[in-house]
Amino acid sequence: MNWEIYADPLFRLPFAAGLLIAGVLPVLGALLMLREEWLAALGLAHLAAAGALLGLAVGAPAMLGASLGALGGGAVKSLGGARGNTAYGFMILIGWSTLLLAAANTSAGDAVGQAVMDGQLYFAGWTELAAAVLLTGLAVTALPRLMPQLLRARFFPRHDTANRLPGWRWHLGFDLLAAFGVAVGTATLGLLGAFALVLVPAWAAFRIAPGWAWTLWLAGFIGVAAYLAAFVLALGLDQPFGPTLAAVCLALGGLIGALSRPAQGRGGA
Amino acid sequence: MNGNPAAAPLLRLEQVVAGYAAPVVGPISCSIQAGDVLGLWGTNGSGKSTLLNAIADAARIFSGRIERAPGLTLFYQEQRPVRLPAMPLTGRDLLRCAAVPAHRQPPGSLSHHLDRRIDRLSGGQYQLLCVWAALAGSAELVLLDEPTNNLDPEHERLLALLLAQPPAHRDDRRAVLLVSHERAFLESVCSRVLELIQ
Repeated sequence: MNWEIYADPLFRLPFAAGLLIAGVLPVLGALLMLREEWLAALGLAHLAAAGALLGLAVGAPAMLGASLGALGGGAVKSLGGARGNTAYGFMILIGWSTLLLAAANTSAGDAVGQAVMDGQLYFAGWTELAAAVLLTGLAVTALPRLMPQLLRARFFPRHDTANRLPGWRWHLGFDLLAAFGVAVGTATLGLLGAFALVLVPAWAAFRIAPGWAWTLWLAGFIGVAAYLAAFVLALGLDQPFGPTLAAVCLALGGLIGALSRPAQGRGGA
Repeated sequence: MNGNPAAAPLLRLEQVVAGYAAPVVGPISCSIQAGDVLGLWGTNGSGKSTLLNAIADAARIFSGRIERAPGLTLFYQEQRPVRLPAMPLTGRDLLRCAAVPAHRQPPGSLSHHLDRRIDRLSGGQYQLLCVWAALAGSAELVLLDEPTNNLDPEHERLLALLLAQPPAHRDDRRAVLLVSHERAFLESVCSRVLELIQ
């Protein structure tokens, strides 16, 4: 393994951008999992990837196209009531077919499409870092306000209607935040690398966390640990980053799953 | 009616006919005052839950009117509490979701479950925790739909104990509208019982 490569300034920006994303996406993933909407993240990631490629086709930055693609999906999901596995399945198919058709019919589209699928973190620059900082700032600012409303709406779903409260506002707010997070993750870490960060750390944290605050911290910690390990392995062994990140997430998740007691045992008073 | 806001009803129903695609229940008239624990009894299909839904703006009102006291806050605990495959929240987390003050301890054995994950509680324990979440917060009108479902006699006694607890603050006005098909339970815990005839 070539250790000197880790000191190369070329990788500082990608490392910092990915690190921020690896801390935020698992927290969003925990909320998506609690809302039983984790599959929506895969739909949004496909829309983001397709948006990135369509953006490039018309001369817009990939990050802008990815954000618009995912935010459009998030808005339709929230305002149009497009929820549930069927809607997310359609989002995946729309994103996937658009992504591959755009890749096949635009100049350099094939290479960019492959990069989005592979997750070429090392090409991330100031745009990706700025987007990751913005995402982190939005999450840190918005989640403490949204979280109580989202949890209450999840466990006491009649509350907002009964009290004539505008519940749609916090659902839309979270949907857009999740869509932006997935878009930034997809444009920086690749489609399935971002999805792995949404799904696996939250899944593992749900199995072992003793409470909600622990769930959020554990998910973030597992995400960051998986990211650091993947960064070292992918760079040192010259592997594509996205699949390496997904593999490390799966290994960590599998280990936690094997060592933990499943969260079943209802009635075990 | 006098000018004392404390004496004004929290909720007044006037000849309410409610349902969804078609009327299910009514016409019904009644009022609920602070301090009431009003029981609503009826056979299956008599429209008890529909009436609660109408009060909570979740069903259609075909005729009549429902008047709420200005700024009335509600807590609606549905017949089946939301139960997910994995819920990594403690009982305390759940109460925090319902804005229950941290210092309010549930009576009886329920307090032993506050630091356990709610997906590791039995159905009855979880149901009672949800009822406590409804009663211990600041809601002025608490709607409970069939809270005795799936409860064994011991948990039913604990439910009666929960219903007897005072509001969060001494000056708070609170009323409970409790739907059940168990007439004996309603008679034992309610200040009044209304019967819905299909």
